[in-house]
Amino acid sequence: MKLFRIRGGVHPEDRKSLSEDKPIEDLPLPELLHVPLQQHIGAPAVAIVKKGDVVKKGQVIAIAQGNISAPVHAPTSGQVVGLGRYKAPHPSGLPGRTITIRTDDDEEWCELPEPMDPFNSTPAEIAARVKESGIVGMGGATFPSAVKLNLGARYDLDTLIINGAECEPYLTCDDRLMREHTADVFLGIRIMARALEVERTLIAIEGNKPDAIQRMTQAAAEFDDFTVIKVPTRYPMGSEKHLTQTLTGKETPARALTADIGVVVHNPATAFAVFEAVTKGIPLISRVVTVSGEAMVSPKNLRVPIGTRISELIEFAGSFKVDPERLLLGGPMMGQPLIDLKVPVVKGTNGVLALSDLRAATKSRTSCIRCASCVDACPCGLVPLEMAAAIRKEEMEIATQSGLMDCVGCGSCAYVCPSSIPLVQYFNYAKGKITATQRAEHKQMETKRLAELRNERMERIKAAKREAMAKRKAEQARKKAEKEAKEAAEAKEQQEQEKATA
Amino acid sequence: MSTTSPPIGGPFLKKSLTVQQIMMVVMLALAPATLYGLFTFGWPAVYLFAVTVGSAVVFEAVWLKMAGRPIAPALSDGSAALTGWLLAMTLPPWAPWWIGVLGSLIAIWLGKQVFGGVGQNLFNPAMVARVVLLISFPVHMTLFVDPSLVLNTGAPGLKDSLAVTFGVGAPPAMDTVSSASVLGHLKTEVGRGNEWLQVFNNTYDMQNVLWGAVPGSLGETSAPLILLGGLLLLGLRIISWHIPVAMIGTLAVMATIFNFIDPMAYPGAAIHVLSGATLLGAFFIATDLVTSPVSPLGKLVFGFGCGLLVYVIRTWAGYPEGLAFAVLIMNAATPLIDRYTRPRVYGRNRKGEPLATEEGAK
Repeated sequence: MKLFRIRGGVHPEDRKSLSEDKPIEDLPLPELLHVPLQQHIGAPAVAIVKKGDVVKKGQVIAIAQGNISAPVHAPTSGQVVGLGRYKAPHPSGLPGRTITIRTDDDEEWCELPEPMDPFNSTPAEIAARVKESGIVGMGGATFPSAVKLNLGARYDLDTLIINGAECEPYLTCDDRLMREHTADVFLGIRIMARALEVERTLIAIEGNKPDAIQRMTQAAAEFDDFTVIKVPTRYPMGSEKHLTQTLTGKETPARALTADIGVVVHNPATAFAVFEAVTKGIPLISRVVTVSGEAMVSPKNLRVPIGTRISELIEFAGSFKVDPERLLLGGPMMGQPLIDLKVPVVKGTNGVLALSDLRAATKSRTSCIRCASCVDACPCGLVPLEMAAAIRKEEMEIATQSGLMDCVGCGSCAYVCPSSIPLVQYFNYAKGKITATQRAEHKQMETKRLAELRNERMERIKAAKREAMAKRKAEQARKKAEKEAKEAAEAKEQQEQEKATA
Repeated sequence: MSTTSPPIGGPFLKKSLTVQQIMMVVMLALAPATLYGLFTFGWPAVYLFAVTVGSAVVFEAVWLKMAGRPIAPALSDGSAALTGWLLAMTLPPWAPWWIGVLGSLIAIWLGKQVFGGVGQNLFNPAMVARVVLLISFPVHMTLFVDPSLVLNTGAPGLKDSLAVTFGVGAPPAMDTVSSASVLGHLKTEVGRGNEWLQVFNNTYDMQNVLWGAVPGSLGETSAPLILLGGLLLLGLRIISWHIPVAMIGTLAVMATIFNFIDPMAYPGAAIHVLSGATLLGAFFIATDLVTSPVSPLGKLVFGFGCGLLVYVIRTWAGYPEGLAFAVLIMNAATPLIDRYTRPRVYGRNRKGEPLATEEGAK
């Protein structure tokens, strides 16, 4: 199939050899699980268990709230021992609402929903099952998958793309899933294609995963409308909009979704979760995580119950051989620094990395020499050096005009910068600042609008009062006049009577 | 434990040359042509080169000291030495020492530091210095030495060369070795109504023009060696092909057109491309990262402008060589070029509006 070229991008060393040949192992059940209520984009789930409740494996422990949200299930059986705030897997290290479960060894399942026959179910039924199973985008974005499977109701869709690019270095969890559970992943993909009612499905895998390509190609061999495509190994190939363009040649308009051009993108790990939910009724309670990095004794791919502390994964992988210089959640290009080993694995955790040699990445910054490496590397056609210069001067307006809000934050610019300028941090700072300004502006306008409304209302009330007062006065005056007239008349009458009697 | 160290942001992988390494590679790329120049023009050229580069570094340090900024990191990036080096390449090889020193002062202080140092300057510092020198000291700046005379009559030794560069002791008779540059000579003769080709054939050997054994500036005479350095920069992706190709291409096309119109009055493309500062300018000066546009399209526009201006100045203006003027004028246009040649943002049209959706919502 003809591939389309996208601009920019970089070729980082993939360092996948550390873990790509390690089969997925089950992590032994930990004693405690910390299951956060916010593991997805959207509104956090609401707990429906209390401290002391006994829960079974797969039981719903928190329900979705609103349209964009996802329920949370007990990863195993045990007792709820805590319902409060616990460190969230976020660089701030701030706590988030979390259910803590003390596990028992029974692994007793709750009553699971009936397995479905996906090809005799309606798309709405499949989406409903995916929704109740708490499945979110497992490539890291964690957008509720059911919402994306329902897009067919609102958009004319023709293509499902499975994003098996896994373009972040080190990460091999999707690769292992596609190699070890080929049939299951493929069935999951077929179920999603069925739910979306698309004409064709393209399964994109980067060329550095030949085994996954071969296995998936075999699985797809008998289906005409499912094609496995080898895409170039280039970061950020896994960026949704860029992958879509590589495969279809169509460019997603700014501020729009790929659905606007008829395409929906899902991740292979999500496909596997859909397979489990639809054909077995198993909700999303575990996921495959790559534990890797030069500082790790034995890098591994692990199937981990949601809520397991990161420290358990690291211990299972033999801990560190040298003191790591940096611990990360996710890949080295877009991952977040891990500040506490006690934080739990969540639905979007695809990797735990312990890096040992950061000399290249931590050089002190020097002046920009306008070498334009960042301009050539940017996959979005931006001029990072110009944006950074504007942000340094706090000229957010200019940065926005230069396309700051179109930046996907892939970090290709910072990867190639000879002056080691922390461009991604500049852009994140500015994006936050602009959002805050917009929010403040919105608030100010709302306040102004409400104040004006209030003034108007007060004015109306005053006017009404004045009117009422005037009316009353007029009434009184009239009454008074009447009374006087009456008195005068009476007096006159009396006089006349007196006159008459006299 | 590393988890307690401040959470710096990603990416945590990085691959690029540092600024220092980039400057080093450019110097390495300049080395063959420089060594050839030093060899061809003898000890005076060596002295002038050393004085120019040395004083550039000293002036940089002095400025930083006066500005109260750290000296070591700024000096170690090599940008001051490179500026001095490029300036020296464009000076007449037997120019007196103070030309080099004054040039370095102008380049580093007026060309670079007043704008705020490395990366901030609008104009190419070496070219600023060259133009100031050319306008202020036209005689010193156009007195070139004929390498064949140097080679035939015996190059001045270490001591005699001191006399040439520093004015110590009795200098050798300059008239016997000095002459105009190729472009200067042709311009003068054409101005007198002579046919350039005849003059050229009487005076020069095309072989010598190609290899650089002709009168000219210290480092710009040897086309193959400059080309070699330029290819190194292209190969290591320190520069892109856009500026050199657009500039040399434009110059060659202009020269060919006018040579076709009147072959006797206008020298052809080969003369224009191979002599003067064309190649040095196209690969090392116009491509200066700081002062040239950042987008591929902008670089093409910039290169085109440089090529056009070089031809126009060489052909119709008062100077036989116009590279420095051309580059400075285009430097001034760079912010404007950058503004109008931004790459198209993903998902938007050239005007910055979101693309129209083809299929869209139901």
